[in-house]
Amino acid sequence: MMRHLISAADLTRDDAVLILDTAEEMARVADRPIKKLPTLRGRTICNLFFEDSTRTRISFEAAEKRLSADVINFAAKGSSVSKGESLKDTAQTLEAMGVDAVVIRHGASGAPYRLATSGWIDAPVVNAGDGTHQHPTQALLDAFTMRRRLVGRDEGLGKDLNGRRITLVGDVLHSRVARSNVDLLHTLGAEVTLVAPPTLVPVGVETWPCEISYDLDSVLPKSDAVMMLRVQRERMNAAFFPTEREYSRRYGLDGDRMARMPEHAIVMHPGPMVRGMEITAEVADSDRCTVIEQVANGVSIRMAVLYLLLGGNDSAATAPSTTRTEESK
Amino acid sequence: MSKILIRGAQVLGGEVQDVLIDGETIAATARQGEIDWSGTGLSAEGATVIEAEGQILLPGLVDLHTHLREPGREDSETVLTGTRAAASGGYTAVFAMANTHPVADTAGVVEQVWRLGKQSGYCDVQPIGAVTVGLEGKKLAELGAMNDSAAGVTVFSDDGKCVDDAVIMRRALEYVKAFGGVVAQHAQEPRLTEGAQMNEGIVSAELGLGGWPAVAEESIIARDVLLAEHVGSRVHICHLSTAGSVEIVRWAKSRGIDVTAEVTPHHLLLTDELVRSYNPVYKVNPPLRTEKDVLALREALADGTIDIVATDHAPHPHEDKDCEWAAAAMGMVGLETALSVVQQTMVETGLLDWAGVADRMSFAPARIGRATGHGRPVSAGEPANLTLLDPAYRGVVDPAGFASRSRNTPYEGRELPGRVTHTILRGRATVVDGKLA
Amino acid sequence: MDAQQYSDDARPVLEAPDIARVLTRIAHEIVERAKGADDVVLLGIPTRGVYLARRLAEKLESITGTKIPVGSLDITMYRDDLRLKPARAIGRTEIPGDGIDGRLVVLVDDVLFSGRTIRAALDALGDIGRPRAVQLAVLVDRGHRELPIRADYVGKNLPTSLRETVKVQLSEEDGRDTVLLGTRTTS
Repeated sequence: MMRHLISAADLTRDDAVLILDTAEEMARVADRPIKKLPTLRGRTICNLFFEDSTRTRISFEAAEKRLSADVINFAAKGSSVSKGESLKDTAQTLEAMGVDAVVIRHGASGAPYRLATSGWIDAPVVNAGDGTHQHPTQALLDAFTMRRRLVGRDEGLGKDLNGRRITLVGDVLHSRVARSNVDLLHTLGAEVTLVAPPTLVPVGVETWPCEISYDLDSVLPKSDAVMMLRVQRERMNAAFFPTEREYSRRYGLDGDRMARMPEHAIVMHPGPMVRGMEITAEVADSDRCTVIEQVANGVSIRMAVLYLLLGGNDSAATAPSTTRTEESK
Repeated sequence: MSKILIRGAQVLGGEVQDVLIDGETIAATARQGEIDWSGTGLSAEGATVIEAEGQILLPGLVDLHTHLREPGREDSETVLTGTRAAASGGYTAVFAMANTHPVADTAGVVEQVWRLGKQSGYCDVQPIGAVTVGLEGKKLAELGAMNDSAAGVTVFSDDGKCVDDAVIMRRALEYVKAFGGVVAQHAQEPRLTEGAQMNEGIVSAELGLGGWPAVAEESIIARDVLLAEHVGSRVHICHLSTAGSVEIVRWAKSRGIDVTAEVTPHHLLLTDELVRSYNPVYKVNPPLRTEKDVLALREALADGTIDIVATDHAPHPHEDKDCEWAAAAMGMVGLETALSVVQQTMVETGLLDWAGVADRMSFAPARIGRATGHGRPVSAGEPANLTLLDPAYRGVVDPAGFASRSRNTPYEGRELPGRVTHTILRGRATVVDGKLA
Repeated sequence: MDAQQYSDDARPVLEAPDIARVLTRIAHEIVERAKGADDVVLLGIPTRGVYLARRLAEKLESITGTKIPVGSLDITMYRDDLRLKPARAIGRTEIPGDGIDGRLVVLVDDVLFSGRTIRAALDALGDIGRPRAVQLAVLVDRGHRELPIRADYVGKNLPTSLRETVKVQLSEEDGRDTVLLGTRTTS
């Protein structure tokens, strides 16, 4: 494991599988009477949120608390604080307070990378979503959900997503979820197809390890999982598509389209869903839709990431020893 | 006035000569060792001697595109610190861009900048006037009044912003013909670059930074060369950055359109791959492009499609770069590294000889900007504006040593060739042995 | 396990038949002390403790004729030395369906040394439920305790020096059953 988690692209296959396997063990803690582990006792983690995201913040907070870390929530949204100098000032303030790790959400792409590499702070940095760049824990929880559903809870241990066909539909251009998922799913051996109107596919996408399609109907029958990305209504005003209705008709997932997917295929969504726009209520509430599982899995994944980054000593640059040694039996 | 004798320099990289400066002018030049002052009434007696063996003597460099920031942003640069930086980089004249606070859109502001330049004594400062009031692109500024002022403005630019209204651009092109002015266009289609953070392409797609398409530059250049042709004016294109822009300018020149173009040193060397670091020191307008663009720009500068190198020296205080990418200011300082970057990218690659460098960095910019007394041949009777550089020098860029008030260089820690050892402004050394006099 | 840590001249102190014999004895002792083993739950500590627990369960079943719940208890997250090493992979914790509340939990591990693993196991147990009592069975007790912990069932007491190493190999993991005593060659 590396010292920070900034981008899903930084993870090797073995790193990713280790995180998924660790998360599988973390998930079992949720079934116990005492949903808490003493592992990060005495460690302080700051959730530094420059952008509103209650879901992601409470998911990290739950993960941190289950590992017994002390949690500081810092909501820094607002015009005066979102200026650059404050990221540095805030970082240095946290450093001075002895924070052991920073979970950062920021509207500017690259802000977590800057935080981790600028020398402003020494602590490990976990990217909880930056601009339209990356959201690695989201990709990990998505992969975790897919592995559980498509490979199996126990059967999946140690395995990747080799050969699984995953389709991501929607606003790829503005989506950090899409970027992270393409990177991670490719690393895990899956075949990824992005489906979007051409206006919402970035120029330069040709080097991404995935296929591009503008036709949802042709891709659905060949998908083991279909992930619907959130589409913001405002995009309509910037002429990315003509109307909400036309978008739904061409790229929305409704019951008829879902019926064209293979029997075993699942429907995913990073949330929050815009029902009626990219997904109909019928699909969102069906058994095949994993939205609620994804939320639960998010806590397990974040526990796994925090444990692997913080559970050992600082020189966690090497892979964890997979067998116990005899010391201190 | 004192005398200076430069001994044994390769003039424009060619013949080794001795050059005697007397007062503000070059008194005589002669092949080394053949100096014979008899009969001329001249004498090298009492002259300060500069031993320049192995060094290249160029006409003093002229920068058509400098941001001196004064008035308004004296925290990043002043006319004094900016001209000291210019002298350090071998420049004897700089054109100061109009995007100051207040904007240089009146005779009063341009005269203020011009006067500050005179007082500095390190480098001639020729103010550029804004094309439109407040750089807002709506209403023509008093271009004639600025030309008539003591500053004698001949170059007009809204640099930093594009004159995107086609009618305003047309009128400006036409209007300045009355006094031989030129409009320098910052080619950036504003709608295509809303929220743009870096070159749009493979790297921006990966980094999730707003894309700045090449077409946003090229479409404006295409429009403006056609406008210039239509109204029979000359137009200058600031900081070309794409291979497509080169093609359009090449086409325009072949058609006989009176267009000139500049390229910055950083666009000759750096690519958008550097943005992967998210280090805002690489954030600049226009953005760093791809390797393919860099190679096209070098070739165009070599074949004359691009006329000049201009620094777009854009100082910013530390805090404006020590932050996340999106919040950072755009721009790089460049005066003190320009010649080294040109040596590395153009001379050492065999694309341009030193005479070519003299043309692209002195003769041609002086001609485009009508900078009298600058960009003149190194020969007797000419103003003694000269730059001497040691091409064998190799050094690592250390911004701590900059004369500029700002340190936002993309070359920190990079080894670059060449060093300006002496800069001479009208017979007075502003830089001696690599240090400001 | 770091192979270089063990010298080539490590000698076996228990062989396969010995291991089988001591496990049988421990099984009988458990039945004896628990008066029938009705409420016994065996929890092995990964990795090798789990195999030993399974073997013990089989033996208990053949003695008592009843099914003995067996599971695993990973203690990684409860270790007191996490910060001394890079993050470790987590083992499996598998608590039998009926849980451990009110039961006699017998923890099973291969080697008892400092006692810190067992301390961590007791903490882990506390987060899972409230057993009637907890006992400890180990294949080898090599001494050098750092905490006030002792085993209830010991396969073999093996007095060692700190320079020596004890390695348990089990067929499920290592392809053979043996306990090796060697000298530490590195670190």
